[in-house]
Amino acid sequence: MDSVVLLQRQLVDYTAQLFNEGFLDDQFNQLQQLQDESNPDFVVEVVTLFFEDSERLLNELAKALEQQSIDYRKIDAHVHQLKGSSSSIGAQRVQKVCIAFRNYCEERNIEGCQKCLQQVKNEYSLVKTKLETLFKLEQQVLAAGGSIPWPM
Amino acid sequence: MGSNSVVSNRRMPEKMNCFDLSPNSNSDSEAEEVHVLAVDDSLVDRKVIERLLKISSCKVTAVDSGWRALKLLGLLDDEEEDKSSSSSSDGFEGLKVDLIITDYWMPGMTGYELLKKIKESSSFREIPVVIMSSENVMTRIDRCLEEGAEEFIVKPVKLSDVTRLRDYYMAAREIRSAESGINVNKRKLQESFDVCTASSSPSSSSASPPSLFSSPAPCSPSSLDSPTRRPKMTSLDHILI
Repeated sequence: MDSVVLLQRQLVDYTAQLFNEGFLDDQFNQLQQLQDESNPDFVVEVVTLFFEDSERLLNELAKALEQQSIDYRKIDAHVHQLKGSSSSIGAQRVQKVCIAFRNYCEERNIEGCQKCLQQVKNEYSLVKTKLETLFKLEQQVLAAGGSIPWPM
Repeated sequence: MGSNSVVSNRRMPEKMNCFDLSPNSNSDSEAEEVHVLAVDDSLVDRKVIERLLKISSCKVTAVDSGWRALKLLGLLDDEEEDKSSSSSSDGFEGLKVDLIITDYWMPGMTGYELLKKIKESSSFREIPVVIMSSENVMTRIDRCLEEGAEEFIVKPVKLSDVTRLRDYYMAAREIRSAESGINVNKRKLQESFDVCTASSSPSSSSASPPSLFSSPAPCSPSSLDSPTRRPKMTSLDHILI
């Protein structure tokens, strides 16, 4: 029983940390509300879709910024999509970089765009790692016979 | 005859459009649920909105583009036909929905363009359309509301947004249902001489009964407007972040 409590505590602390550091915002809580016995993997499913979608968009962005002639509208469209999906799952830091990215697009500032691409790649990579850790902790709690104490 | 789509429907009951919400015409228990058509090109957002709606006890059909939405509704087929015709192509029953919720910014056809196409259609313009957008731009919001959108929701959409919509549209549908129930009774009167509520006289079988969406019959709830004059939901509190 102790190990379950310990694992749950770890999960709660880790989650709190992600919120405090701004990796996640309240929209992530909203998603948790949508998970229940009939849809026990909903959050993982949505986040997985977000990972796939983001990786596709980041590839497109990298390609677009390598072109001889930069198509800022195309770049803006991709960033807009990334901003939307990160907002929908509560990936706050990714979303914030996207906002700056769009501003640089509007200004047709190639250096600013390149800088933002790097930043958004970093933030995405960070939140991906952290969410994967979060899901692993959840699995550990469940495997030890405990339940996920949500909302935390 | 007249171009009133509801009248022509009554003369051809086998081609009911999606506005006949009277309990008589819905044979299954799904009639109780609000059926929402959700339109969003983002896979992530589609999954989320679908879940939000299902958990709010709505029936959901989710599509990834305005074109697909129009096709499902049966509206695309109308383009070749007389605009005043109520039916879609012969024998094709479009999807019956109570509400359409669409993203604003989509490639190909924007939510605004989808809204326009729906509102320009005599058969479909009564379906309430809600626009979602991640951007809180007043000119955009105004344009959508002016074009006939019921509401403009700023993303990310929350559970409270969806339950509020569902409650509102269930109430609106019940009113329409009550009104159409009255008109269905009048039609039956012509067929079987049952007694119904006496609003207008059903004396002549060739006379056009009042349109489903005209001013409410006397026995409809008087405290709420008919659908065409339904007040827009107050949406200012969440669009002005």
